[in-house]
Amino acid sequence: MTTKLSANDLTLFRGERCLFRHLSFALNQGELLLLEGRNGTGKTSLMRAIAGLISFEAGEIFWGDVPVLSDRQAFHGALVWMAHRVGFKADLTLVENLRFEANLRSQSGADFDEVLHRLDIDRLKRLPIRSLSAGQQRRVALARMLLSGAPLWLMDEPFTNLDREGRELVVKLTSEHLDMGGMCIMAAHQDVEIGSNAQKIVLQ
Amino acid sequence: MTGDAPAMLAGMLGVIRRDLLLAWKRPGDILNPLFFFVMVAALFPLAVGPSPEQLEFSGPAVLWVAALLAMLLSLNSLFLSDFEDGSLDQMLVSPVPLPALALGKSIMHWLTSGLPLVLISPVVAITFRMPASVTGFLMITLLLGTISLSLLGSIGAALTVGLHRGTALLSLLILPLAMPVLIFGARTVSLVAAGDGVAGGLYFLGAYAVLVLSFAPFATAAALRISNE
Repeated sequence: MTTKLSANDLTLFRGERCLFRHLSFALNQGELLLLEGRNGTGKTSLMRAIAGLISFEAGEIFWGDVPVLSDRQAFHGALVWMAHRVGFKADLTLVENLRFEANLRSQSGADFDEVLHRLDIDRLKRLPIRSLSAGQQRRVALARMLLSGAPLWLMDEPFTNLDREGRELVVKLTSEHLDMGGMCIMAAHQDVEIGSNAQKIVLQ
Repeated sequence: MTGDAPAMLAGMLGVIRRDLLLAWKRPGDILNPLFFFVMVAALFPLAVGPSPEQLEFSGPAVLWVAALLAMLLSLNSLFLSDFEDGSLDQMLVSPVPLPALALGKSIMHWLTSGLPLVLISPVVAITFRMPASVTGFLMITLLLGTISLSLLGSIGAALTVGLHRGTALLSLLILPLAMPVLIFGARTVSLVAAGDGVAGGLYFLGAYAVLVLSFAPFATAAALRISNE
């Protein structure tokens, strides 16, 4: 199996503080990378840096054989990011928000209503995001991931605000995604049991 | 940076449609600058007094300054809500080239703050006793000028989006670049009123708008990446 995402000798600073040095990893199809560490150790920063929002002090990330920075569009077309902030417009309805997403990134072609039904948010279609609970908003963010055709999922604390069924659903959806040859990088401060071949990076 | 044109267009139109929908649901954001513009233009004649010569003389200048400030007023919020709710992050990691999305934001800013000013200016011009022939030129100069202002303003708004209370800084950054628009805009209208030729001023405003259009989306995109680090 080919290595799709690889990172070479990464060093990241935030302000004066060095978050990590000489970090390398490689992610193949169907693999999961877990980022662990206490609060404030830089899990989110690492994830933002992988997504290309922060630049590394040193080191490079490759998507296939191509450095991510030299073909940003190709890399961004292959990833979808579930950030800490869901990134939806509070005044627009669920459907309006997801329709906007469809303009931004390529879609998997999954049936819209089926995805919403699966995430148990199909009753909320016509409601503005503002009136949804935090957990329901996270579910809409999950819908964004399922609807996009991106092979690489970046998930920053995906279990936050979710109830037990929601957490189980995240685990289930992620394993399905991995089984289909997708990749996932997940930051979590709780133990996650997904698949068998998870790599771990523990940030100090 | 290569990107296929349909995706760019879809992303840009998507941004415009989403933000117009938002503006429709919260009309206060559009009405505020418009209200400011109308208030300045309505109060000024009261303060100056009813002398027709003075009003006719100062009309173009006051209307143009009011329009410029009204545009500035609405710029601060251009990227702010996107920044705060995380949707800016989502746009930054989307495969649509960022300049296309930035251009979409600029277009939408013009549609919601520049265009309303242009459309209401004939009504406001009445308070300055502006003849109909001059009013037409006022609208044309405002039309060309506000396009430049929206595009330039997007750069400033993108640069200051990560700062708290960046309004003063935003004005400082934008005003030097906006000066030519103000000078030529107001002066052209004055010249029309005086019965002079105006083609030069209009050509300048048009050329400036095209010049700004050619670089502003790229500068805005770069600024967004920097301020979102």
